[in-house]
Amino acid sequence: MDIVILLFLTSGLFLGWSLGANDAANVFGTAVGTRMVQFTTAAIVCSIFVILGAVISGAGAAHTLGKLGSVNALAGSFVAAFSAALTVYWMTRASLPVSTSQAIVGAIIGWNLFSGSITDSNALFKILGTWVACPLLAGLIAAPLYKLTQRILKWAQFHLLRLDAYTRAALIFAGAFGSYSLGANNIANVMGVFLPVSPFTDFDLGGFATFTGAQQLFLIGAIAIGVGVFTYSKRVMLTVGDGLMPLSPVAAWVVVIAHSIVLFLFASEGLENLLANAGLPTIPLVPVSSSQAVVGAVVGIGILKGGKNIDWKILGNISAGWVTTPIISAVVCFVALFFVQNVFNQQVFREVSYSLTPTAMERVVEMGLPAEDLKVIEGKTYNNASAFRAAVLEQTLLSKSQETKVLYYAEIFHTKITPNKLTKSDREWLGEERVKILDSLSGKSFAYKWQLSDALSRDSDQWKLLEQTTVNKVYNKQINSRLDFVYRTFSVIERPR
Amino acid sequence: MSKSLALFRKTRILENQIDEFLDCITKSGLIFQGAIKTYLANGVCDDFDASTKQANEIETRGDDLRRTIEAQLYEQTLIPDLRADVLRLLEDLDNLINITQANCYRFAVEAPEIPEEYHAEFLHLTETVVACVDAVVMSSRAFFRNIEAVRDHNSKVMFYETEADKISSKLKVMAFSSDLPKVEKIHLRYFIERIDELANEAEDIADALAIYTIKRSI
Repeated sequence: MDIVILLFLTSGLFLGWSLGANDAANVFGTAVGTRMVQFTTAAIVCSIFVILGAVISGAGAAHTLGKLGSVNALAGSFVAAFSAALTVYWMTRASLPVSTSQAIVGAIIGWNLFSGSITDSNALFKILGTWVACPLLAGLIAAPLYKLTQRILKWAQFHLLRLDAYTRAALIFAGAFGSYSLGANNIANVMGVFLPVSPFTDFDLGGFATFTGAQQLFLIGAIAIGVGVFTYSKRVMLTVGDGLMPLSPVAAWVVVIAHSIVLFLFASEGLENLLANAGLPTIPLVPVSSSQAVVGAVVGIGILKGGKNIDWKILGNISAGWVTTPIISAVVCFVALFFVQNVFNQQVFREVSYSLTPTAMERVVEMGLPAEDLKVIEGKTYNNASAFRAAVLEQTLLSKSQETKVLYYAEIFHTKITPNKLTKSDREWLGEERVKILDSLSGKSFAYKWQLSDALSRDSDQWKLLEQTTVNKVYNKQINSRLDFVYRTFSVIERPR
Repeated sequence: MSKSLALFRKTRILENQIDEFLDCITKSGLIFQGAIKTYLANGVCDDFDASTKQANEIETRGDDLRRTIEAQLYEQTLIPDLRADVLRLLEDLDNLINITQANCYRFAVEAPEIPEEYHAEFLHLTETVVACVDAVVMSSRAFFRNIEAVRDHNSKVMFYETEADKISSKLKVMAFSSDLPKVEKIHLRYFIERIDELANEAEDIADALAIYTIKRSI
């Protein structure tokens, strides 16, 4: 692998390290702080399960982060991850509450602003909504769980020593679950920005499973988290103990379980599939802050007990963190991108051009969009999404969904189908029928993603997206991820000017 | 896995040791009650000596158990949040055995003259303080297994302690308003106070237990 790629990945590893150092304390902090679990045991369990969570279930939340903004150059990913890590590091040093999720979202927005990309407001509001929902949900889970645990303990009447032994075992179990959820949910923060530019390719594991490029990337990130846990988290764990409110080991267990459930809910593709198949509304898969989940759970228990023991000032600081962290991170990222681009002469983003060529206009007409109004800009090329959108909005007023469609039809993305680019495992993943259709397009070139998509779904249903309903969500997601793969694999990148 | 199984096995052994330690306190109370009954009936006799010997043995066994339990609590870093409270509780409970053993020894050495008209109240006082000790043992057991019940047992401790205070005051008034020589009055008062000390000590433990229980329920 190119040494430069490794060098660029280091910022993700730095972010992973700081996540391991800080967030592992949320999972095992009280257990280690109260000496219920030894640090070495906690560190080993935490590292193993963070890695498992990241590799097995890490993809879900990464997808939403990818929607927010697709950082399309390795140096850009480096700067985004580095800015987020720096923000987390600074704010931790200044004893301000900080969330890795919020830092990375800020950094992506900073990149979007710098590269002239459009921040998907739907994805942004989805993420912002979950930041508020995450501690609330944690509190709503923790309070009844605490009450239930109390009832069970009252009924079971364990000896104090036996309860101690059970609590230790339960804390390790909860910590393992928490670490798995942390890995699944937060790996997107660490390695998500590198996904679109991932240098790794899939490889076959003895014919029975495929180790995808994303999983390889997540494995490296998770190892960095593990290193963070081993090297730096002990200090944080020992101080995290009872920051917000004194907790008994049993209450600590409730907090860890509630935190883990919340992180798991926001990361589990399995649960999403289950809900979608049952026709129920799904939970957005978004990287959320584990610190805030813990705070929510502690406050939930605190309110249940009358709220006397809660330090409300800390809560105020956390809410302020929702605003300050992304802003600081966005500003740092913007400045750093300028610096890296102009001083180190690195390509921090790949220009994405937009043009309503006659072909694209035909499509616009077909889809019933106001083509007449857009005639003025037909044939003109714009170097980024913001400039194109401004030009479009100058001509006509479009609804949000119309705007998204016009942007999609005008985005130039050159692809050329050369099937020998596909590995055996790629072919297996895509499916025989789909590969056959892809092979039939061999040698053809396309200027737009939608052209390729149209060509693929023209003669067969295999590449067709179904109507957007809850039940079809999972299927459409699978098709979209395969389409994304095809776009990425067969893209013909124009050299930067 | 085997490590956690070993932890559960060790925990069971330790639970049994704590139960045995609490049994020692109950037994030492009953032995003390029997010893006083014997003393009031026959003075220092073979039966009384046998009770004193039994009290000594119980005290030694209690000490051994306490040390073993304390060492294990530390070595295995068990109940880290409540360890200090439990160690303190064990020390205080052990003191109850020490007091009963010391009282038996005092009776054997000093052989106080207790006129017959005092016997009934002396016995009543002894039964009340032993009931008080019993209640605090029950309260301690509840602290380990069922904290909801601590309050109930503690209220019994308070009740018996007040009763013991009343009886001991009555006995002291009886002694000092009698024609007994001053030296005997003072000697009697000393023994009344030594017996009553058991109830006072039990009440202190119950007070501490109430606090430990609040801490345990947080």
